[in-house]
Amino acid sequence: MAEGFEPKIVAFSCYYCAYAAADVAGSMRLEYPAAVRVVELPCSGKIDPVLLLRAFEEGADGVYVAGCLEGDCHFQRGNLRAKKRVARVKALLDEIGLGGDRLEMFNLSGSMGPRFAEIAREMTERVRRLGPSPIRERLSARGEAAGTNPGREGDLP
Amino acid sequence: MIVAERKPMEAVASLVAPYERILVVGCGECVTVCMAGGEKEVEVMASALRLMRGKEGRPVTVETETVQRQCEPEYLVPLDKKAEAAEVILSMGCGVGVQFLAERFAQRWVVPALDTKFAGGVREAGVWEERCGLCGDCVLHLTGGICPVIRCSKSLLNGPCGGSHGGNCEIKRETRCAWQLIYDRLKGLGRLELLTPVLPPKDWSTARDGGPRQVVREDARL
Amino acid sequence: MKAGGRLEALLERGEFVVTAEVGPPKGASSKGIRSHAALLKDFVDAINITDNQTAIVRLCSLAGALHVLAEGAEPVMQITCRDRNRIAIQSDVLGAASLGIKNILCLTGDHQSFGNHPGARNVFDLDSIQLISMLKGMRDEKRFQCGEEMKVEPRIFIGAAENPFADPLEFRAVRLAKKVAAGADFIQTQGIFDLERFHRFMEAVREAGLHKRVAILAGVIPAKSFGAMKYMSTVPGMSIPRALLDRMKAAEKPEEEGVNICVELIRELRKVEGVRGVHIMAVAWESIVPTIVERAGLLPRPQAALPA
Repeated sequence: MAEGFEPKIVAFSCYYCAYAAADVAGSMRLEYPAAVRVVELPCSGKIDPVLLLRAFEEGADGVYVAGCLEGDCHFQRGNLRAKKRVARVKALLDEIGLGGDRLEMFNLSGSMGPRFAEIAREMTERVRRLGPSPIRERLSARGEAAGTNPGREGDLP
Repeated sequence: MIVAERKPMEAVASLVAPYERILVVGCGECVTVCMAGGEKEVEVMASALRLMRGKEGRPVTVETETVQRQCEPEYLVPLDKKAEAAEVILSMGCGVGVQFLAERFAQRWVVPALDTKFAGGVREAGVWEERCGLCGDCVLHLTGGICPVIRCSKSLLNGPCGGSHGGNCEIKRETRCAWQLIYDRLKGLGRLELLTPVLPPKDWSTARDGGPRQVVREDARL
Repeated sequence: MKAGGRLEALLERGEFVVTAEVGPPKGASSKGIRSHAALLKDFVDAINITDNQTAIVRLCSLAGALHVLAEGAEPVMQITCRDRNRIAIQSDVLGAASLGIKNILCLTGDHQSFGNHPGARNVFDLDSIQLISMLKGMRDEKRFQCGEEMKVEPRIFIGAAENPFADPLEFRAVRLAKKVAAGADFIQTQGIFDLERFHRFMEAVREAGLHKRVAILAGVIPAKSFGAMKYMSTVPGMSIPRALLDRMKAAEKPEEEGVNICVELIRELRKVEGVRGVHIMAVAWESIVPTIVERAGLLPRPQAALPA
C-alpha cells in the first residue's frame, strides 16, 4: 500500500435516495470521508457498465452505486437492474485483474443520512485495504493527471 | 439472428497483446440484439482493454466504431481511415463480420472478440436459444414447425431415441426432447399421421461442406 | 432364409431364442472376448458385440464379431449411427458379410457426451430407422443407398432395438412399426424390469399386428447389487418398480437375488404373446449368463442345421 494513500472513490447516487441521504447527512453535520465524490443519477438504473469502467480509467480506486431499498425504486425495478449490471461489471473487473472488490452496490432510503455516511466510510476503508488502483499508480507514475488518459478516444455512448 | 458471446477477456487480450493501436469494430445487427457486439459492448471492451493494458504499464490506443452491419462490404467503407491507422482490428461481429473485415482490410491483422454460437432467438429476456441448423433443406413442414435437425441432440428424423425421458433429453436434462415437442404439437393439431412414414436419409449436400454455399439472385445483381 | 444364420433359422423354426451381449475390451487384446464367446456359445444362440457402447472407445464390433465367429459362436454385430456416415457403414456391412457375419443390429448410438471423448464430433448422417432401410435395400434390392446397383449383396439378418419405457410412451409402438416397415427382422428391447408397462407396450404391438411381422426378443439385465439397480433406475428410458428395488436392498446375497429376479422376469416374459426370445445384457458380468439360462429352463439350446 502506498504511503499516506488517500483513495479516490466515485459514488454514483440515485437522486431519490442516496443523493437525498447525502443532503441529510450534510444537514446533520455528519462527517464522511472526503475521498468520496458523489455523482447524481436520476435513478441507479441509469448506470451503464461503461460509466463504471470509465471511472476506473480516470483513476478511481473504488466505485459504488447507491440506489433505493429493494422494492422502493421510484421507477419500479431500476435498482434491481443496477444490481445485476454491477454484478456483471464486478465479474469483468475480476477477469481483467483489477478486482471486483473495488466496485459495490448499496441500497438505502432518502432519509438515511447516517447510513450514507457509514457506506462512505465502509467503502473508503475497503479501498484503503485494497490499496491504490494500479491504473492510478501508472497514471501518476507517468506524471499524468487523472482524467487525461491519452488512450481514450471518443465520447461516452 | 446469429447469437454470439464474448470470449474471455484473457483470450481477447492475448489476441491483441502485441499491438499498441487497436480498432474495435462493433456490428449493429444480430450481435447488438444479443448484447454481445453492439455499440455498448464495444465501449465496454475498449475500456476493459485500456484498463488491462494500463495495469500492465503498456498503454494502448483504442479506437471504436460500430457499423450498421459487418457482413456487407459497403458498410465497411467508412472504416477505411481508422483501419489504416490501426495495427489490429478486433471485430465484435459474428464470424461472418470478422471475415468481411479481413477481406476488406487485406493489410491489417483482424481478430475475433466473440465466439459465434448459433442461429437462434430470444427464449426469454436474457436467454437466447438455438433454433436453426442452417441445413439448407427445411423439413419443418413435416415436423410441426419444430426442427429435429438442430433441436434433437442426434438430429433424428424418424422419432425420438430411447433417451427421451419425461419430456426431456437424456443428454442435457433441462433441454426439452425435440421429438416430445413434435409429438405433442402434432397430436394437438390432429396431424400425428405425419409421423408414420419413414423419412428417407437426408440429403446433406445442401448443408455444410463443399466450400461456402451461395444464394444468387440475378435480379439483385448490378 | 434371408441370411442363413443360426439365429434366423431358429426363429423361423419357432424356437424361443436366447442371445447375450459381450462388450469388447478397451485394448487390443482378443483374450476376454474369445473366452467369453467360448463360455457362452453352448448357452446362447447368438452373441451381440457392442459398437463402442456409451461412446467409450473399444475394439471395433466388426473385429469383435470375427473373434466370436472364430470361437464357433454366432455374432450379432452392432452398428451405431454416431461415428460413421452412410459411406463408411455400407462399406463395413459389405466387409462384415464377406467375412461370414450374418446378423447386424442397427442402433442410433449413445451420444458422445456420455463417453470418454465428449469433445468428438458426432455423425448421425442417418438415424437407426434409415440405417435399417439402407441395409434392407442392400440385401433385397442389391442397391446402395444412392440407388446404384451392386453385384453381390450382403446377406444380413437385420436387427433393431426398441425401448418400451422411453417417452412419449404412446409413440413407442408407432416407432416400432416404422422399424418394421423399414425392414427390421428382429427387435431387441431395452432391459425390462417393469412388466406392467411392457405388457401395455406389447398390447399396442399386437393390436398393430407387429408381433407377426418381426421377432421380438425381450431384453433383461441381471443386477449385481442394489447400487447397480438403483443406478439403472436413474438412467433415462429405464423403469424399475419400487418392489424390485426393495427386494435388492433387503437381499442378504444381492448377486443371487439379482439372478433370481432376472430368471423370474424371463419366465414371465416367455409367456407374453409375441415375445420370441430373450436378450440377456450382462456386460461386465458375462460369466453369469450360463447360470441364468439354465435356471430359466432354457437348456439345452437347440441345434440349428446350418448350411456348410
